[in-house]
Amino acid sequence: MRMLNNPWIKRAAIAAVVSTVTLSFGCGKKSGGEKGVTETIKSGEKKTIQNIGSDTMVNLAQAWAEEYAKIDPSVSVEVSGGGSGIGIAALINGTADVANASRRLEPEEIKRAKAQTGDKPREYMVAYDAISIFVHKDNPLNEISVDELAEIYKETGKITKWSQLGVTQLPGAKGDDIIRVNRQNNSGTYHYFREAVLGHNSDFKSGSLDMNGSKDVIDLVAKTPNAIAYAGLGYATEAVKVLKVSKKKGEPAIMPSIATTLDKSYPIARPMFMYTPGEPPEHVKKYLDWIHADAGQRVVEISGYIPLPSR
Amino acid sequence: MTRIGRRRAEVWFRRLSWSRIGEAVIENLIRLCGISAVLFVFGIFLFVFREGAGFLFDGLDIEKFLFTTEWYPTSRSNVRYGVGALIVGTFSVTVLAMAIAVPFGLGAAIFVSEFCGKKLREALKIVIELLAAIPSVVWGFIGLSVMNPLIQKVFNVPIGLNVFNGAILLALMSVPIMVSIGEDALKAVPDAYREAALALGATRWQIVYRVLLPAGKNGLLAAVLLGVGRAVGETMAVLMATGHAVNIPRTIFDPVRTLTATIAAELGEAPVGSDHYQVLFIIGILLFSITFAVNLTADLVVKGIRKKQ
Repeated sequence: MRMLNNPWIKRAAIAAVVSTVTLSFGCGKKSGGEKGVTETIKSGEKKTIQNIGSDTMVNLAQAWAEEYAKIDPSVSVEVSGGGSGIGIAALINGTADVANASRRLEPEEIKRAKAQTGDKPREYMVAYDAISIFVHKDNPLNEISVDELAEIYKETGKITKWSQLGVTQLPGAKGDDIIRVNRQNNSGTYHYFREAVLGHNSDFKSGSLDMNGSKDVIDLVAKTPNAIAYAGLGYATEAVKVLKVSKKKGEPAIMPSIATTLDKSYPIARPMFMYTPGEPPEHVKKYLDWIHADAGQRVVEISGYIPLPSR
Repeated sequence: MTRIGRRRAEVWFRRLSWSRIGEAVIENLIRLCGISAVLFVFGIFLFVFREGAGFLFDGLDIEKFLFTTEWYPTSRSNVRYGVGALIVGTFSVTVLAMAIAVPFGLGAAIFVSEFCGKKLREALKIVIELLAAIPSVVWGFIGLSVMNPLIQKVFNVPIGLNVFNGAILLALMSVPIMVSIGEDALKAVPDAYREAALALGATRWQIVYRVLLPAGKNGLLAAVLLGVGRAVGETMAVLMATGHAVNIPRTIFDPVRTLTATIAAELGEAPVGSDHYQVLFIIGILLFSITFAVNLTADLVVKGIRKKQ
């Protein structure tokens, strides 16, 4: 008919294809777009430090940057999050001065970085984080063991219902299913949880809701009575409940806190790192030193994370 | 020839050459515009293909890639690239979205073009265009914060981020396209058809059902298929509203993950050039093939219909 001879319809069809493709790939430029931000810094001008990475650490990194701006106004620290994977990718591509990671670099990644930048990345442990287990605030459950967590999250795990954990009266719940909230598969928190809770070389059960940030995780749990989730202690809010965690069923369950993390009684706590590609320049080194000093570690405590023990 | 005659001829000549040059320039500009769309499509396809080709031809088990549901691109012990569940996720959301959008979209198109008065029509068209102008991230936010608790409450299901949530958003997003193209299609049916039907004593509904729908079916099909294209390619809203869970849905209230959302969520963090990165581009090739197939089918169907008539 005449209609389909209308060139506008055909053009619109082509546009639809193009927009489909560009929509899908717009995000691909995310990592590439950061290129060129670390421009050569001339002496005397305001120096910037590109600080990219871990979503768990982004609040802390932001707090450090704001505090440091008061102490040394000649340096501006530009913080962006996205995930440990993004930070490490930026480190390898040479677009980050400092990468935040809530997990250690893997040997493969060190090799890649070395091949790209010609130098080994330097590691700085900057704080600790207690991975906390979150449920809806009306959930009557108070404690959980690492073994039970593994059974819930692991690929071969057998726990799928709240009744299997002894929770039969779940206020506001729809059915008995446990809604597993997880993180995207390049998150440092995801990697750490997989290693520490599911066990070496294990994988997560498919079908969990994979959120792109810790804040999304908490927001979802707050609205979902059937949900369980994990995230850094710094993200806890009034709207969700933090569970005590025991190593094994029957052993005493521990509430995550600064004290229980530092005396290592809380079973799922981990160090957090900053990496520089090779030996850091003077202004970056000064920043990292300040983070390790009392002033920087006080910011850690205020932001809800756990400061390093030896001060 | 007199002097005046020669002068006239000169002026005429000069005018002619100017208009000729102008015409040639504009013609070429327009040609460039026409070709540029083709160039862009091929350019994008080549780029996507180049990024994914290495792993596509060397290392990827295509059968496992397409037909298994285990998506573990960052596993330490057993890396598995199965997008079966993602394909099912994309199709389940798209099909349900179309099941909601087609009756609404075409119904609205019929109402706007045939049944409503001039003033109401203008008002409706403006509102429908407004609906099309809402960015997809806003739709996603509505899905996340408004629809999620609402679906939990109304349908008594444990999670409101699911196929149904994503499908409603996609339906709302594709309805405006369907309405405006569908309305054009109905408008293109000559008035003589309507007059003839009226003269035979047909009611208004009979005119729509027996005359306009058969006469405008190509355009209406194009409207529906453009809606499908929009739904398959949409990323942000489905990323936020479907729960982003690698899962074969058993009911429409199960969370799923789509192909586009996977690319959006993971490409930024996959090391450039790694297997994971290349697999994400292969998913891109797959998406491109799906939209290409949809458009090609549309073209073939339309051509087939045209031949028969």
